Amino acid sequence: MTLTTMLTTMGAGMLRTIGIFFLTLIGSLPLGMVIMFGRKSKNRVLSAIVKGFISIIRGTPLMLQLLVWYFGPYYLFGWSIKGYRYPAILIGFIVNYACYFAEIYRGGIEAMDRGQYEAAEILGYSKSQTFFLIILPQVIKTILPSITNEVITLVKDTSLAFTLAYQEVFSLAKQISASETSFTPFVVAGIFYFVANYVVAYVMDRIEKSMSFYS
Amino acid sequence: MILEMKNIEKHFEDCEVLHDISLSVDSGEVVSIIGPSGSGKSTLLRCATFLEKIDRGFISYKGETVAHTPDGAKAEYVSRKEIAKAKNYFGLVFQNFNLFPHYSVLKNVMDAPVTVQKRDRKEAEAEAVKLLGKMGLSDKANAYPCQLSGGQKQRVAIARALAMNPDILFFDEPTSALDPELTGEVLKIIRQLADEKMTMVIVTHEMNFARAVSNRVIFMDGGYIVEEGDPEEVFGNPKQERTRQFLQNYNQ
Ligand SMILES: Nc1ncnc2c1ncn2[C@@H]1O[C@H](COP(=O)(O)OP(=O)(O)OP(=O)(O)O)[C@@H](O)[C@H]1O
Ligand SMILES: [Mg+2]
Repeated sequence: MTLTTMLTTMGAGMLRTIGIFFLTLIGSLPLGMVIMFGRKSKNRVLSAIVKGFISIIRGTPLMLQLLVWYFGPYYLFGWSIKGYRYPAILIGFIVNYACYFAEIYRGGIEAMDRGQYEAAEILGYSKSQTFFLIILPQVIKTILPSITNEVITLVKDTSLAFTLAYQEVFSLAKQISASETSFTPFVVAGIFYFVANYVVAYVMDRIEKSMSFYS
Repeated sequence: MILEMKNIEKHFEDCEVLHDISLSVDSGEVVSIIGPSGSGKSTLLRCATFLEKIDRGFISYKGETVAHTPDGAKAEYVSRKEIAKAKNYFGLVFQNFNLFPHYSVLKNVMDAPVTVQKRDRKEAEAEAVKLLGKMGLSDKANAYPCQLSGGQKQRVAIARALAMNPDILFFDEPTSALDPELTGEVLKIIRQLADEKMTMVIVTHEMNFARAVSNRVIFMDGGYIVEEGDPEEVFGNPKQERTRQFLQNYNQ
């Protein structure tokens, strides 16, 4: 195998990794908000269920969750899981990250000064106006560093998709290295993850800076 | 009569905080509330502004009932819509400002008129600019609250409250969070509002200011109104022993 073929093959894997990365963020950032609302619900039963679910997701390995999401439907209901590999990976990642984001959102919201709610209430803002116009923008600013940490972890976690034999960078590096008895694929994969994280850190830093006009 | 509160009772858990408090405020009146820490002054303002719900009693704004208590049972509030309407009648200035840090000074002042009262943006902006001028903050319109001194923040908070065109303005210790050298600029503004016949209820520890600015002074202690009357009488010749003690401690 020439270096060019190797890089082309791994390039395709990189695109799949990037695909998981972005689809996970697009799905989990809003889903985390929904889960957080469930967690903070006045309905005690709902809140308790969501709380239990979050602690299960956060208390078990993502690798195991991916296996459960993929094989669960077959073992539990006898459903065919043909063609279900990619959806299972996305569900696994999105649900897992949404639970982490939900707890970050909750922490941010609970740290908000009660005076902000009271000022908005006196001025007549509705509950949803207060949340989306007054509270959320400030919460986003305070939780951004925690979000950055999760996003950087996600770059590395995408490699767990190999559990379900998905041909992303890490799986391919392992395969090619074994078949070609070469160390190069690992170096290529390493550089890829490092550069990806560098870009993530840069972008998040720019976002943080764009919000630093107030404190 | 702009505000009428009658026989207000309020407790937190097992602690009675307001006992049978009645407070009426006429248009153009300036009422100061003084009293020791924990006497229920803030709670009274919070009940008047619906941040806390009363247990028993009666509240109305401009003759429109907001809460009443049928035969001594629990207080009942009117519908949400009517409460929202009554909220238009008052503003509240907090001890620690509670400005919105992510909004510029101008947006702090003009956002609620636009978002809540659905007023025309241009018109709301023009009024906000005018109010900031009156507060001596014309050059700060584009600044953010974190760039302001405490006195400037409180003046923005006053402008924000005034922008809603309230009939009555409540102040809860508007200068207590300020460095002593900054209290003057805020008190000056409040005095100016009093001269313009703005109806105000002011909780304050600034005795000289209260004496000078108000038409009526209320002394609260332990959740009761102990004494109420003309400022010259309450400060100069208090009838109640407790008022006298409180004022004596204050002058030391
Ligand atoms: N949310 C609350 N829960 C329980 N108790 C409260 C609450 N808010 C106030 N209290 C109690 O009610 C009493 C009156 O408090 P309040 O804040 O009205 O006093 P205050 O006269 O404003 O005092 P200060 O001059 O210190 O501001 C105090 O004993 C206080 O501990
Ligand atoms: Mg108080």
